Amino acid sequence: MKVTVTVNGKAYEREVEARTLLAYFLREECGLTGTHVGCDTSSCGCCVVVLDSETAVKSCSMFAAQADGHQVLTVEGLANGGTLHPLQQAFWDQHGLQCGYCTPGMLLTSIVLLKNNPNPSESDIREGLAGNLCRCTGYQNIVKAVQQAAGALGVQA
Amino acid sequence: MSTEQKPAGCLGVAMKRKEDPRFIQGKGRYVDDISLPGMLYLSLVRSPYPHAEIKAIDIGDAMKVPGVVAVITGKDLEAAGLGWLPTFHGYDKQMVLAIGKVLFQYQEVAAVFAETRAAAADGAEAVQVEYAPLPVVADPFTAKRDETILRPDRDKKTNHIYHWEVGDKDKTARALANSPKKIKERIWFQRCHPAPLEPCGCVAQFDTMGRLQFYVTSQAPHVYRTALALVTGIPEDKIHVVSPDIGGGFGNKVPVYPGYVCAIVGALKIGRPVKWIETRTENLTSTGFARDYHMDVEIGATPDGRVTALHVATTADHGAFDAAADPTKYPAGMFGIVTGSYDFPTAHAEVDAYFTNKAPGGIAYRCSFRVTEASYAIERAMDILADELAIDPAELRRRNFVRKEQFPYPSSLGFTYDSGDYQKTLDVAMEKIGYRELLKEQAEKRARGELMGIGFSTFTEVVGAGPSKVFDILGIKMFDSAEIRIHPTGAGIVRAGTKSQGQGHETTWAQIVGEELGLDPQNIMVEEGDTDTAPYGLGTYASRSTPVAGGAIAMAARRVREKARKVAAHMLEAGEADVEWKDYKFQVKGVPARSVTMKEVAFAAYTNMAQIEPGLEASYYYDPPNMTFPSGAYVAVVDIDRETGEVKVRRFLAVDDCGIIINPLIVEGQIHGGLTEGFAIAFMQEIQYDKEGNNLNTNFTDYLIPTSLETPAWETEKTVTPSPHHPIGAKGVGESPNVGSPAAFVNAVIDALSPLGVRHIDMPITRDKVWRAIHQAEAMTT
Repeated sequence: MKVTVTVNGKAYEREVEARTLLAYFLREECGLTGTHVGCDTSSCGCCVVVLDSETAVKSCSMFAAQADGHQVLTVEGLANGGTLHPLQQAFWDQHGLQCGYCTPGMLLTSIVLLKNNPNPSESDIREGLAGNLCRCTGYQNIVKAVQQAAGALGVQA
Repeated sequence: MSTEQKPAGCLGVAMKRKEDPRFIQGKGRYVDDISLPGMLYLSLVRSPYPHAEIKAIDIGDAMKVPGVVAVITGKDLEAAGLGWLPTFHGYDKQMVLAIGKVLFQYQEVAAVFAETRAAAADGAEAVQVEYAPLPVVADPFTAKRDETILRPDRDKKTNHIYHWEVGDKDKTARALANSPKKIKERIWFQRCHPAPLEPCGCVAQFDTMGRLQFYVTSQAPHVYRTALALVTGIPEDKIHVVSPDIGGGFGNKVPVYPGYVCAIVGALKIGRPVKWIETRTENLTSTGFARDYHMDVEIGATPDGRVTALHVATTADHGAFDAAADPTKYPAGMFGIVTGSYDFPTAHAEVDAYFTNKAPGGIAYRCSFRVTEASYAIERAMDILADELAIDPAELRRRNFVRKEQFPYPSSLGFTYDSGDYQKTLDVAMEKIGYRELLKEQAEKRARGELMGIGFSTFTEVVGAGPSKVFDILGIKMFDSAEIRIHPTGAGIVRAGTKSQGQGHETTWAQIVGEELGLDPQNIMVEEGDTDTAPYGLGTYASRSTPVAGGAIAMAARRVREKARKVAAHMLEAGEADVEWKDYKFQVKGVPARSVTMKEVAFAAYTNMAQIEPGLEASYYYDPPNMTFPSGAYVAVVDIDRETGEVKVRRFLAVDDCGIIINPLIVEGQIHGGLTEGFAIAFMQEIQYDKEGNNLNTNFTDYLIPTSLETPAWETEKTVTPSPHHPIGAKGVGESPNVGSPAAFVNAVIDALSPLGVRHIDMPITRDKVWRAIHQAEAMTT
């Protein structure tokens, strides 16, 4: 079947099998390999992308066909030209990543988290990231990174 | 950050990681990101039975699935001489695809190659395998009885794999018999799995020159190249192994797995590139598990708490093949560290390993070959002894520590501990956690019937395998290597035989070079994981990168410096002997005004070298003189809900001594991550099998990874006792928190429950186990 998904502002029209998951559509049809797959059960959150600027979705639990006609934001769409998004900068500054595999999902979940709650407490952040597993950092520096980004985004706004 | 620009004095600097910009922009290149023209996908057919004879395999339906190109079975591989794969320590072999029978649930049975990932999975579903179930041996104690022999392919018709022992058996037995106080406890370190977030996988291609291009999630790419050459008969120069970015390893990505061999065979046979990426279920059920040691621990002591002897007898469950990734001469790894931080006059440790119908493995999961099992056993046993003698557990440890003046300390099990100051590390921990106040609070709570516990773990690790006189894998000595090339402008490249999986080598290796040569680490590129360019090394696991490759990098840099000194002497018009390296510059002795920087020397090495050989580069293969012995003092504080059994970790302090620190930001991150894995092991994680040999933890809904919600906030502190034999005094740290923390958690829980008479609970300490322990204790008192 034919689907058209607008990813990071660019329309991708592709012929896919109906069972194609959005995660593999992004990775293999669009060549956007920043979205990762870490489990078979929608547990790890490595594949989180933002749908229509407002919802963080696990792209392994959605068919590409369900995203037909929608807007998707992936990690590749975060930086603005040469400037890192404040969340990307914060993850770097706070050592919020080690192997980097969970990082794209963490960043995109955090985008929506901060959109819905620009001034989150530590426990708000921990609750907001509970669908994203990290095996390397113990989350502490990720929480600090989201706090830093909240501050930076607050200043921008 | 201004420190990032600092051209010299690079050790101990919290430099932001150089590798991060690509990861935060989705530009990392992991193995599943590699796509080659004409590439096929491989999916494996796996056994639903833990032990069964294979009566027939019918691939007819599978070949009819649209997109399926080929199916191979164990018989095909056997005919090609590739039926079996040697395991790394060389004592056993493993079936690539099942031949005759299957020995564990999810064992690889057939390989299906197809045009797409989905078609390969469809094809695997369509392969018809007829099995005749056989009796299942689901635990090592049943295996010991030899009623069902699992491996008739081996010469000795027994499930017993090996007996290993170290120490003085008779002296220890006598000392135990004569000890006025004794404790004995069976302590099980459960089977768990490293579960890196990126599963294992590979892409295999034979290029136009007939050369194997092999991209693989490997922590040890050079060892893979040699192993593949030995297994397949492909000349080693025709094999190019590349470990791209790796999404966590933790020991899981050390062994060579059947899927890799199948991908290579498929690529060769079909003549197209083949990708194999395992699913999470395949990862948890078939690739290297860890631990599964049943340890009977006995300690003898005097009434005032001086330890007199230690005996540990271990029954190990190795699964269907002995695929433990240990150095050849150490079938039970570094288990001899089981005397820990304590001065035992005598000790004896033994391990007996058995085959069972479970997945093979026994890999070093974020630890140096069985160090975690050993540390957990001794740290739990010391608490049990403290309870028996009614001595404060911190005080008991203090009385028995190896003292600072005893280093280098020869342990009764044969190691020579390089350095440490255990007393000081514990002092820092007790001070920072506020032990006295906590004890007071605990006494008040106990009076009210509330359950609060404080748990210690004062562990010593042995890492950095290792000295060539005793350490090898497949005969290859466990040195590591580095090659440094400084360019005319003072930038450079360092290549090493290690492979980062998140440890941040691209930053820390550059810092070592920056420190040794006075150059800007921002302009020292680090390259690892490519066997065509990197010098031969044994890879990254067992906390060996900094102790071994870190040493190689420092020594290679010093060779560069010696070459540079000749150029500097020419530039300064002085004799070489009159030129000294001081304040990160070459200067004429006693005349600081006459100096040249390394950057200036680098340019001269290519432009103004007079009679000196041009260029500025060096390599070094570092054979460590000894292991390094990082240590730590950890304290956990827990509160337990008496009604629900829920354990809340209120505080956790880790005081680590890993010697000289290269990058405190990275060290702290490693400690946070390792503590989180230790927390998971203590409270959540177990690969369980039922009595029929069914794996009960096949995905992340059953094998739990802690989320940001459960994970405690970590407190860290340090003491610094340099390693006397390491070129920069570093010891390594990545595994300490995972080695040291499980005992601290469990000791805290048992301390909380001790007023109820609870003496030990095996990990994982789930709410259910705690609730039962509380209710059993209450039932006995009412």
